[in-house]
Amino acid sequence: MVVLDRSVAATEALVVPPRKRRAGVRVHFTQFKWLYLLLVPGIIYFALFRYGPMGGAIIAFKDYVPFLGIADSPWVGFAHFEDFFASPDFPRLLANTLILALLSLVIAFPLTIVVALLLNELRLNILKRSVQTLIYIPHFLSWTVVASLTYLLFALDAGPLFHAINGLLGTDINFLTDPAWFRPIIVLQDIWKNTGWGTIIFLAALASVDQEQYEAAIIDGAGRFQRVWHITLPSIMPTVVVMLVLQMGQVLNTGFEQIYLMTNSLNRQVADVFDTYVYFMGITQGSYSYSTAVGLFKAVVGVILIFGANWLARRFNQTGIF
Amino acid sequence: MAREKYRFNTPAGRVFDVFNVALLVALGLLAMLPFIYVTAGSFATESELATRSFFLWPETFSLRAYESILTSPAFLRAMITTIAVTAVGTVVQLLLTASMAYPLSKGNLPGRRLMLSLIVFTMVFSGGMIPTFLMVKDLGLLNTYWALILPAAINPFSLIIIKNFFQQLPAELEESAKIDGANELQTLWSVILPLSKPVLATFALFYAVGIWNDFMSPLLYLNDNSMWTLQMFLRQVTVATDLSIIEADPSQLPPAQGVKFAVIVVATLPILLFYPFLQKHFAKGMLIGSVKG
Repeated sequence: MVVLDRSVAATEALVVPPRKRRAGVRVHFTQFKWLYLLLVPGIIYFALFRYGPMGGAIIAFKDYVPFLGIADSPWVGFAHFEDFFASPDFPRLLANTLILALLSLVIAFPLTIVVALLLNELRLNILKRSVQTLIYIPHFLSWTVVASLTYLLFALDAGPLFHAINGLLGTDINFLTDPAWFRPIIVLQDIWKNTGWGTIIFLAALASVDQEQYEAAIIDGAGRFQRVWHITLPSIMPTVVVMLVLQMGQVLNTGFEQIYLMTNSLNRQVADVFDTYVYFMGITQGSYSYSTAVGLFKAVVGVILIFGANWLARRFNQTGIF
Repeated sequence: MAREKYRFNTPAGRVFDVFNVALLVALGLLAMLPFIYVTAGSFATESELATRSFFLWPETFSLRAYESILTSPAFLRAMITTIAVTAVGTVVQLLLTASMAYPLSKGNLPGRRLMLSLIVFTMVFSGGMIPTFLMVKDLGLLNTYWALILPAAINPFSLIIIKNFFQQLPAELEESAKIDGANELQTLWSVILPLSKPVLATFALFYAVGIWNDFMSPLLYLNDNSMWTLQMFLRQVTVATDLSIIEADPSQLPPAQGVKFAVIVVATLPILLFYPFLQKHFAKGMLIGSVKG
């Protein structure tokens, strides 16, 4: 504490008279001791489980051998990254991840807005609330439950959707293992689980639309559709753009649980994404260093995407070009 | 009053209204349909499940599926484990979050700004799955239930919202406690926390749902299947179709199909029972987050 006091005093000697400042620091520590005490468990938590693993990620540049420990395992530089980028897995994972993200952006995202707009046009409040209550429910179910429901609905020779879709197409497809059906099923699960819940943010934006604009439009003789097109949609556009940009920042974050639960030996080729690949390589096969390198690559690109997206979102929000 | 946008409806607008109501009601039912099907299936006999591909009401009621899972020691163990881990975990996580949020809500605390930026940074960057796994392993938490609670103990997002809530509480309350001779620890416990009950309830639900639904942590950290939680058990039965996990009495084999349906229903039931609270609190939480986050 004395050392700390001296250095603080030394650096700020020009601004604050040293004696006064030193007394101030000491008073601080006694004055805030209970608050610091309350902080201790939280600081330990962040040190161990948030910053600890960030330090542990150093094994991406080493050949981690468990019995040697992190510190004594030999350095290998960027070898694991080079291996990963040179392997055929890299383009495959990137494509799988980006295609899923794109499908979600093109299908699930607009659908959420459409449902919010339709809900907003419901006149009966009680009906609106009932529909909301029902479509929010799937959001709270675990991915395990969603995957279980999917396995029952598409079960080979038994599931209702197995019969319905195969009957419709005149085929005999096992949807759960057919690589061509992996992405449609993932998107379907996504829509079922999250569309309803996703409407909340747009409904909030819709509720804040200035009602006087509608009155003015009515006087001008605008019909329902014209009002939605010329007033409602432009009013929620800033929210739409911000949500879109923020979602683009999450492009690499295909949920681990959802993908893992739907992955099997027959659809691995299209199912593998960064998160599940890290699990299979790291936990299942024990290639700790290699899988950490893959995870670190994803995390770094993720940070760049998030900051880029936030910067974009702020620009759109402030200038309000729409 | 705020109904202006509906006035001056054209005939086309009226047709749209009818269509819209029908569509949204259908959407609402569609959201529930898989669950109704599974509930109906859980009460059906094996032969009905084998012959009818889709129904919302069983022809003959059977409780066999529920009998076999509710008499399965493995299932009951998973159920009790999950309830206990969720209960203890929620309390631990909420206490850790609230006790860290309180000092951070004090504008004059030295080092506060630095700590907040370090916390926010963890929202966008993490060491990843494997280094976290190795940390849990090195701490000796592998194959303990603490591994399901501690690594996610403080959600930075929840922490910041709770901190913001503490910040806007009137300062006079704390000052009067201080005059009565209470230190910050006592003030937090007897003045701040009781005032924050609604907010704490919201985040208790956040944490509880998170632990109950968690599949990744038990997958990563629990190797011993006698320790498995409900979500792991559920996956083993439905996705991996491994009925041996039920450890049924060999003389009375469980109904293979019905059991899958029943396990899903039982795993979902607690969420549905709490749903009215969840809907109310989560919607609010999500909007707070979107405004302030």
